Amino acid sequence: MSATEPRAVLIEELGRIAPDVDVASIDESADLREEFDIDSMDFLNLVTALAKRFAIPVPEADYPRLASFTEAVAYLGEKMAAG
Amino acid sequence: MSEFRMPSLGADMDAGTLIEWTVAPGTVVRRGDIVAVVETQKGAIEIEVFEDGVFERPLVEVGTRVPVGLPIAVITPAGEVAVAPPQVPMPPSDGATSSVAVAPGSTAAVAAEPVPVPEPAEAVPPPPPVAPATSSPAPTSAIGATAGRPHATPAARRLAETAGVDLAHLFGSGPAGEIVLADVEARIAAKVSAVSVAAPAPSAASPVAAAGRGIDPAAMRVAIAAAMTRSKREIPHYYLAHTVDLTAADAFVTAHNAGREPADRLLLGTLFVAAVARAVKKYPELNGHFVDGTFRPSRAVHVGIAVNIRGTGLVAPAIHDTDRLGLDELMTAMRDLVMRVRAGRFRSSELTDPTITVSSLGERGVEALYGVIYPPQVAIVGFGTPQLRPWAVDGMVGARRTVAMTLAGDHRVSDGHRGALFLHTVETLLQQTEAL
Repeated sequence: MSATEPRAVLIEELGRIAPDVDVASIDESADLREEFDIDSMDFLNLVTALAKRFAIPVPEADYPRLASFTEAVAYLGEKMAAG
Repeated sequence: MSEFRMPSLGADMDAGTLIEWTVAPGTVVRRGDIVAVVETQKGAIEIEVFEDGVFERPLVEVGTRVPVGLPIAVITPAGEVAVAPPQVPMPPSDGATSSVAVAPGSTAAVAAEPVPVPEPAEAVPPPPPVAPATSSPAPTSAIGATAGRPHATPAARRLAETAGVDLAHLFGSGPAGEIVLADVEARIAAKVSAVSVAAPAPSAASPVAAAGRGIDPAAMRVAIAAAMTRSKREIPHYYLAHTVDLTAADAFVTAHNAGREPADRLLLGTLFVAAVARAVKKYPELNGHFVDGTFRPSRAVHVGIAVNIRGTGLVAPAIHDTDRLGLDELMTAMRDLVMRVRAGRFRSSELTDPTITVSSLGERGVEALYGVIYPPQVAIVGFGTPQLRPWAVDGMVGARRTVAMTLAGDHRVSDGHRGALFLHTVETLLQQTEAL
């Protein structure tokens, strides 16, 4: 599975939470919460949406793996491949 | 028969624009039911009724800007028989004339077209009455503008100059009819609020789709400015700070969330709100409203949650009976509230009911937050961003995650001694999480 779909979905879900931030303008390897100015509630909503769309569990212990945009895409791709 | 009036939804609101009637004439309504949606500086607010009865008919058309305190509908209280509808004067729909300082209840101050009486059984709102823009008298400069320069205080004059407000069009509410600072502030708020109405109203059916469009950032900034200026002018704040070890609270949240779906997880912030709600029950002097020179403690605890709205500002609506909710219920209520606030859609009681406010910086911020009390409340509790700090326990120093919490209290009502005891109680609750 290519990383295209996780990337597109992540962009879409981030767009719901932070409609004012253009993904093209962010540093994809930097802190995701900083780049999109999202708080704990936003982040939990993002995790909730991703877990639902990919039908994967995203335990709290995995939150560090969603630290940046790049890492999040890789994490979702890996989970999908495993599933 | 009673008149349902435009409610005041906060210290900073002087008028609201009717954007939707959500019930038809003849509908039976219960206390708490939503009858209308009103556009304010904080977004679209769903207006609830205060009593059971029958919604007889609206008195103003959609699109009308109505000063706080003027009647907007007729409601027959439960148990009463509807009487022949009287001719009730209607406020002017022209926003430009709304700077008139109308005292609540003085409907006679604004004379316009009487409202046509709709058929009670009609399922749709009545046809819009026409209020000619020129028909309303303009008692604006009745006092103060007698000879050239209107009487105004220096502060009012300065602000008016800065904001481009013409003093000749203001009504002075000072002791001798002079224009005071509050008159100018109200005028500025009214102007901005009138401008914000031009934006399309968010749809009730799709709050998410309306996100970011329901609130005018400039109008909200004016609302925040008005409330905070009043707070700093009227409320003698005192401040206390205390740092709390979060080990127990973090462990509780981690254990609670393990194995739970994301939708069922808690945030640390939920524990902060729960601890404040439970602690304040023992400190009634921090929970309530200061109105007309008197403190009115509240038996119920409705914690206002300061919610940041991206690129716009913040509001702090209430979670009703916060102290009675379990942590899961509270988390659900907070998620729901944040979602609706960001969509620019919440209920009138959520704006008027907070008895104390909690403001939390969350994961990304600085060590401490010192709040400004939102009048007429008398206290605000701030939580900074949790920090890893060297911490002495049992004579040993170790790294602990801590949070700095602060209290801003109204010195007219409480003192630092009691405030300190209150913060200690919050600390105890955060360390004995079973009590939450």
